Amino acid sequence: MSAVASKGLASSGKKPIAEVPHPLSAAEESPSVPADVEVDKSTQEAGLANGTPVEMSSPTSTSSLFNRLQLDDDAEAGVSDLYASAETRDLFVTVDDPKKHVSTMETFITYRVSTKTTRLEFDLPEYCVRRRYQDFDWLRIKLDETQPTHLIPPLPEKFVMKGVVDRFSEEFVETRMKALDKYLTRVADHPVLSFNPHLHAFLTAKDLNKRQGLALLTKVGESVKQVAGGYKLRARPAEFNAMVDYLETFSQKLGTIDRISQRIIKEQSEYLTEMREYSTVYSNWAMAERVLRHPLESVAGCVTTCCRVLEDHSESMTQDFLPVLREYILYVESMKNVLRKRDQSQGEYECKFEAAILRKQEDSTPIPSEVETCQDKMECFNADLKADWERWQINKRQDFKNLLTGMADKNIASYEKHQAAWESLVSLLQDKQTEDKTSKTN
Amino acid sequence: MFTQREKVMEDGFTLLHRMEISVAEAEKRSGRNAVSMQETFTVYLIETRPMDAVAEGRHAAPDSLWRRYSEFELLRNYLIVTYPHAVVAPLPEKRADFVWHKLSADNMDPDFVERRRAGLENFLLRVASHPVLSNDKILYHFLTEEHGWKEVVYETGFQAKADSRLRALSATFRVRNPDQRFVEMKHYSDQLQSHTSQLLRARARVADRLYGVYKVHGNYGRVFSEWSAIEKEMGDGLQSAGHHMDAYAASIDDILEEEEHFADQMKEYLFYAEALRAVCRKHELTQFELEVASQDLVCKKQQREELATGMVRAFSFKGVTNKLFGQEAPEQRDARLKLLEDMIAEGEETVRDKTGEHQDLVDRACLDLQRFKEQKDKDLKEALINYAVMQISMCKKGIQVWGNARECFLKM
Repeated sequence: MSAVASKGLASSGKKPIAEVPHPLSAAEESPSVPADVEVDKSTQEAGLANGTPVEMSSPTSTSSLFNRLQLDDDAEAGVSDLYASAETRDLFVTVDDPKKHVSTMETFITYRVSTKTTRLEFDLPEYCVRRRYQDFDWLRIKLDETQPTHLIPPLPEKFVMKGVVDRFSEEFVETRMKALDKYLTRVADHPVLSFNPHLHAFLTAKDLNKRQGLALLTKVGESVKQVAGGYKLRARPAEFNAMVDYLETFSQKLGTIDRISQRIIKEQSEYLTEMREYSTVYSNWAMAERVLRHPLESVAGCVTTCCRVLEDHSESMTQDFLPVLREYILYVESMKNVLRKRDQSQGEYECKFEAAILRKQEDSTPIPSEVETCQDKMECFNADLKADWERWQINKRQDFKNLLTGMADKNIASYEKHQAAWESLVSLLQDKQTEDKTSKTN
Repeated sequence: MFTQREKVMEDGFTLLHRMEISVAEAEKRSGRNAVSMQETFTVYLIETRPMDAVAEGRHAAPDSLWRRYSEFELLRNYLIVTYPHAVVAPLPEKRADFVWHKLSADNMDPDFVERRRAGLENFLLRVASHPVLSNDKILYHFLTEEHGWKEVVYETGFQAKADSRLRALSATFRVRNPDQRFVEMKHYSDQLQSHTSQLLRARARVADRLYGVYKVHGNYGRVFSEWSAIEKEMGDGLQSAGHHMDAYAASIDDILEEEEHFADQMKEYLFYAEALRAVCRKHELTQFELEVASQDLVCKKQQREELATGMVRAFSFKGVTNKLFGQEAPEQRDARLKLLEDMIAEGEETVRDKTGEHQDLVDRACLDLQRFKEQKDKDLKEALINYAVMQISMCKKGIQVWGNARECFLKM
């Protein structure tokens, strides 16, 4: 089995074949749906699992998908073709439009999942469904079950333990939605996972018939996550050893970065408290002065402006920076798990093989085909993993480049705003000074 | 202090016009003190140069002498007592106050000594540019004659005046007709003191917190470096970015050290508030003394009237004794009248003196209060501008460091 699954030919959809761009040609237009294609109205009547109709707006525009394309494009020329480049991507998924649903039993949030594709496996070029977190979790479990040899991207955490976080607050929903969007994008970009039938169902079905499966799964709990030790390994191949070592150190470093970032946010919040008090001191003093009243009030105003800039910065760190970091920590955990499963697969094979050899030596029983199957399974696992690892490394590099550059940008922007505030204060006070001087000489 | 010199040159012709003054250095000395105990103390080098030499560009070595902090204190006390109407510039603090936690509170700490040196120089410049104080002989002596200065100061006998004045100031007394201007000034001095001290405290807390924010970023430096070790292509970018984070964390020390200058400017006015209040209190004292003297005179005149006319207008001891023992003999009465006349003459002179003293103080003090107000408004406004300039510089540094880090991240 090859590491990269064969892609379906770019579907012409309703366009004549002559107008469809060659997959390998320089991409001037993305293989998305042309404007004149009618969208099947039936997809717009999606309702909830419990039958409550949901108001729908039109599917995501092509341009927003284009934009995402530009951002994700690797600027470097020599990108490995394991990474789905602009020319060959044919499945686009977005998550947006969160809505709260109140029923007698429970209250929950659903998100709109919009799909655009040219793949033949899909009956229609566009789909629009509403899904809740539970559904994403179902997908994750199904992917884990059916594609155990691959690195499945992680979902954002199910429960938020820390403090009293409002599950329905705008910020929380916004953060979660972005993470879900990222999750589906990663799955959709994966050359193997994106062809998974469960993903297909998730993206297209009006009602995910998962209720029976769900009850069973909740009993099983999170057992899918952890894999027990099991078989003893002879020796782990060097490359997988390197992976295990890397992930161990990497997750440690990520954890440290998370803690440092949280500490910075905390220190900033305490700094903010003192700055607010500081501003008040200036305003209070201004009341007792005549000539100095205006300058002191201006300083108080400037400090208050700086406080607002600080608030925004801390919020953006919390909203944008930390969640991405946390996501990677989860990602690494799930990857460690897959590596354990690989070890298990190797161990299983070795065990069976040795048993078979011994029997052969004893009574010349030929090696059963089962052993060969096991070997195949292990080798496939290894190959899948190696391929996934390579693309993961590339994605990780890009993700962290973006994340850290973003952090630097935010700090720069914050300082620029501070500087502008103080500069306008200086010119205000200096103008006043020349004003006073001229009024004195007059 | 450079701008101080410039500003001060504008008003009148003071000592500073004739002489360039600076406190150039500080040194540690050891010696035996008054009770023969070994002690370590700091001395400051005062350098002076006649202004015409400076103007002509003559680079003759300046005259110099060493003085201790306690001698500066003595000079200031002398000036306060001798010129009760003047708002005398304060000395830099004896011990470090309003410190944010990383700043040393140790008197021997070189940074503290340096700031004190600057503060002492500021004091001398203030005093030497004061329209009245700058003409004082003792001040001139302080700047030019190292030895025997203390004796000369004590010879002026200012300490006796200081003691009696101090005693009077600490006593509570009420003036009948308080001068509104001075009541307002006293109220203002309380405000100034309260607000500047609040500002200094708040600023110290802000500095503390800002220090924390910067220093935590240093941890990024370490973790990026550790992380870069396990990366291939990302390694270099991460490592370099880490160095910039270290630089960022280290930059706060200089930033906050610079800000101490602003704190020192505020402290000067915190202490000035006290000097202001002292002038108001002295005014109250002279007014009180005048009122007492006037009241005394009125009493005596009343007594004379009673004695002369034999009529007792109000209750008096004389009236009672007259009733009880009969009127006295005419010779006795004349003698007492004579005594009273003398006392009245004395009293009138006292009242004249006190009135003169009081009026003099009022006039001069009002002038100096006005001078002080203008100086304060100008100085503090400039201090605020300089503070803003410092903040701008801090922002620019931040932008630069994060810009550098960003470049490294892009290379990841």
